[in-house]
Amino acid sequence: MPIDIDIAHVAKLARIELSEQDMASYRAQLGVILDHAAKVQALPTEGVQPTSHPLDMVNAFRDDVVTPSLDRDEVLSQAPDATDGFFRVPPSLDNE
Amino acid sequence: MTELSQLTLVEAAAALRTGECTSVALTESVLDRASLTEASVHAYLTIDRQGAMAAAEASDRRIAAEKPIGPLDGLPIALKDNMMTKGIETTASSKILSGYIPPYDGTVVKLLREAGAVFVGKTNLDEFAMGSSTENSAYGPTRNPWNLDTVPGGSSGGSAAAVAAGSALAGLGSDTGGSIRQPAALCGLVGMKPTYGLVSRYGLIAFASSLDQIGPLTRSVQDAAILYEAIAGHDPHDATSFPGPAPSGTERLGAGVEGLRVGVVNELSGEGIDDEVLVAFRTTIDRLANAGAEVVDLSLPSTATALSAYYLIAPAECSANLARFDGVRYGLRVDGSTVDEMMSLTRAEGFGSEVIRRILLGTYALSAGYYDAFYGQAQRVRTLIIQEFATAYEQVDVLVSPTAPAPAFELGAKTQDPLSMYMQDICTIPSNLSGHPAMSVPVGLSASGLPIGFQVMAPALGETVMFQVAAAIEALSDDIGRPVLEVVAS
Amino acid sequence: MNWEPVIGIEVHVELETASKMFCGCAVDFEAEPNTNVCPVCLGLPGALPVPNRKAIEWITKIGLAFNCSISERSQFHRKNYFYSDQPKNYQISQFDVPVCHDGWLDVTVAGATSRIRINRAHMEEDTGKSIHVGDSGRIHSATETLLNFNRAGVPLVEIVSEADIRSAAQARAYAQDLRTVVTALGVSDAKLEEGSIRFDANVSIRPVGTEPFGTKVEVKNMNSFRSLERAVDYEIRRQEGVLESGGIVHQETRHWDEGEGVTHSMRSKEGSSDYRYFPEPDLLPIEVTDEWRDEIAATLPEMPAARALRYVALGADGDSASSLAGSEALATLFESAVEAGAPGNVVANWLTGEVTAWSRRESLDVAESALTGKHLRDLAAMVAANSLSSTAAKEVLGYVLAGEGGPAEVATAHDLVQISDSGALEEAVDEVIADNAEQFARLAGGEDKLIGFFVGLVMRVTGGKADPRAVTEILRSRIS
Ligand SMILES: [Mg+2]
Ligand SMILES: [Zn+2]
Repeated sequence: MPIDIDIAHVAKLARIELSEQDMASYRAQLGVILDHAAKVQALPTEGVQPTSHPLDMVNAFRDDVVTPSLDRDEVLSQAPDATDGFFRVPPSLDNE
Repeated sequence: MTELSQLTLVEAAAALRTGECTSVALTESVLDRASLTEASVHAYLTIDRQGAMAAAEASDRRIAAEKPIGPLDGLPIALKDNMMTKGIETTASSKILSGYIPPYDGTVVKLLREAGAVFVGKTNLDEFAMGSSTENSAYGPTRNPWNLDTVPGGSSGGSAAAVAAGSALAGLGSDTGGSIRQPAALCGLVGMKPTYGLVSRYGLIAFASSLDQIGPLTRSVQDAAILYEAIAGHDPHDATSFPGPAPSGTERLGAGVEGLRVGVVNELSGEGIDDEVLVAFRTTIDRLANAGAEVVDLSLPSTATALSAYYLIAPAECSANLARFDGVRYGLRVDGSTVDEMMSLTRAEGFGSEVIRRILLGTYALSAGYYDAFYGQAQRVRTLIIQEFATAYEQVDVLVSPTAPAPAFELGAKTQDPLSMYMQDICTIPSNLSGHPAMSVPVGLSASGLPIGFQVMAPALGETVMFQVAAAIEALSDDIGRPVLEVVAS
Repeated sequence: MNWEPVIGIEVHVELETASKMFCGCAVDFEAEPNTNVCPVCLGLPGALPVPNRKAIEWITKIGLAFNCSISERSQFHRKNYFYSDQPKNYQISQFDVPVCHDGWLDVTVAGATSRIRINRAHMEEDTGKSIHVGDSGRIHSATETLLNFNRAGVPLVEIVSEADIRSAAQARAYAQDLRTVVTALGVSDAKLEEGSIRFDANVSIRPVGTEPFGTKVEVKNMNSFRSLERAVDYEIRRQEGVLESGGIVHQETRHWDEGEGVTHSMRSKEGSSDYRYFPEPDLLPIEVTDEWRDEIAATLPEMPAARALRYVALGADGDSASSLAGSEALATLFESAVEAGAPGNVVANWLTGEVTAWSRRESLDVAESALTGKHLRDLAAMVAANSLSSTAAKEVLGYVLAGEGGPAEVATAHDLVQISDSGALEEAVDEVIADNAEQFARLAGGEDKLIGFFVGLVMRVTGGKADPRAVTEILRSRIS
């Protein structure tokens, strides 16, 4: 039995607008992949620390020194919409 | 003298020094070659003819003044299009970054610029480096110069195809689960993934941050060692960068394998591997033994779970890494009445299906209630793999396996079945999870004339012995030559 | 039913480092929009974060000041949620292992001291700023949003209390005292109006005498201590009203509306609280060794509470001592005046009274005035020598603050010096007695209330500069 996932919820969390048809196909594919991936659960890992970095290193810092920032015109030239030195986006919530 | 575009880096550098050719001539040669091959191969997304010629001219002035910067000065190199190049469009083969001009150079790009390298252009890849065939590109697939009906492997298939086709002398790729080594194997090249942390990731579009490493795709082991040395080293812009000196790549080339212990990983060299690949693998093992290496069979049982762990860790990390592509600050935007709608429409339109699949997978694997069973467990499995490798390296100097389970497959053969595509990386993924270095060396051709690769793996910071063994294998193997490519002038 | 409020407070403090948390862009809130941005803080493809060492030292300092334990090894996590002013659509924050944990702050309200436990203090990065453009300027009717990423990536320390607070007044006191400590550490200017310190309150209520917590509501958007107190107070009463009338309190975030004096429900998208935390793979763990922690501890200034106790010993009353200890400028003046020999009680009263009032009236920082500790010492000495009345002393203080000169100079210039020369005073008294012989006879005969009449006359004759106590003494000596 492939793992069944709430694809609509996942797509919403990931901010990807999907059609009903796409959702159904991703849901099926993800079920199969997850089924395979779930093999990790078969290994005994009690007391095993998770690896979050393959080399055992700590404390990489930078000094509190100011370095040059980017040129604003160059930055905004890549923006889909900008005005008066600001990035511009649609409003946050639906109008009531 | 051979066609300039077919020289190795070492040969070309020598020709520049002796005045046999100029950087401009070399660069023109690969650009001319590209104009012949690109219509069929499609290795490049962007060719920067003007920038390349300017760099070549500058290099020729230095060489004429007898002040070359180093071994790469004046040599034309291809860059995978997931590396930031200031002023040159960088898309990661995604529609969401169509037309994006970065305001900065990544560290590796900067290092190579400073070393006098000439950038031919930006090469095709599976979108955001997710794939093993370079078919998942918003700008169309790349084809394998050895056989245009087959894929070059991926995700660094563009760089591999460019080097194989002669439209660059060497290339850079990035390797998250085998994305340098597998295309190297499929295109008959040397491809190398350094120890995690040796090469800066600053300026590399992140796929899976804890796995990604940049590395060389070249025509010889020595070329790979030289290019690796040029890009390795501590970078203060990458907090995960190794602070000590990078191990030498070139120091023990030619030292042979006499007395070295070579471990054959059982789990990676039997089931699921194509017969022809296994024959070439066994032949090479025998040659190594004859050359004085001590060959040991080893079992690393948790590597069998590596693919599963990888398909939780890589999607989880990518789901966060790709969240920044939202239509706000750069790239594609699809309008919406609210900012949320704008983001959701933009991401649906801008990402290809493989990328969406992995983002959804990773989002799910991290979400409330599933974290521990999936991502958390995968990271613990990773620890087991590291421990198993560590034990193995107490007994042997290097581990070996085939690189890819089969030679290049036909375009479209696996696009409908994600899992079978993922199987391409079964031999390469363990080294990404452990963070260890690994490389692929060509060891022969299949009956149908397609290259076969052999993988050498080494412990963390074990690059020197890895290159030593790889160079020995190269010397012991029959030269597979260059692909014969039917080209039509475009 | 009687209800007991249960309140926890989350505080976000922006650190005043020179550069941002993970990149070299300047921390500068006055800059033109989007000029302090780089690949890292704009979330450009390929950029990587590298943590600011000073920010780690400063959060450790904050933790130590609040009696926290410092984690030997802590870790950054990614907190995933989409918001347009958050460049990467995840915030680099901390999750299960913050830099600081398990501390406390003692808070006194109306003479009663309570220990408020601090759960944790963790390191994170700030977001950019959104300007919602529209008719009313409110989010709900905005027509577009403008984004400025200068603030994105500024180091932010989040300090989370346990739900140990039991009243709105206590919530206010906790917030005020916490701000005082942060300010004393010199790690943030901690200005509420500018948002460099921000308070959110988690409020729930439960029947008095019961253990289980009620449903908590998060209240945001308070930009003064007074509004924090009002908002918490309002929310307590609102929840009481809901429960008394048989309703249910919903777990939600509510916005404090300062103008209307009420909290509003903020509509939030369903499921948006699934943050999918995972260890930040771009960053290494942070290890604060004992040696490093001790080095940081050695840079801690005296904490306000300890300082206040010391000021009480120097003569200040309890309330004044706390006020002085909470202000660097007042504390400096107090200490230098006392060191120069001034009586602590007198100086403390002046500083918390006239000097503080002057600062408020003029909207000037005390540190910007001409007043010195030596001035205060001289002023106190003049009062003690009876050459200034206490009323005149306060007037003199005003002129000194305004920069007119030292106390002696100013008192002379404004003709405020008392006649303390006994010869001159005796002459004046005798003159008045001679002119009013009949009344003096009645005074001498025991009609004691006439003493005020004579003092008044002497004051009039001397133009108000006589010391009334000295005049009284001389009159008494004439009677006997
Ligand atoms: Mg926070
Ligand atoms: Zn920045």
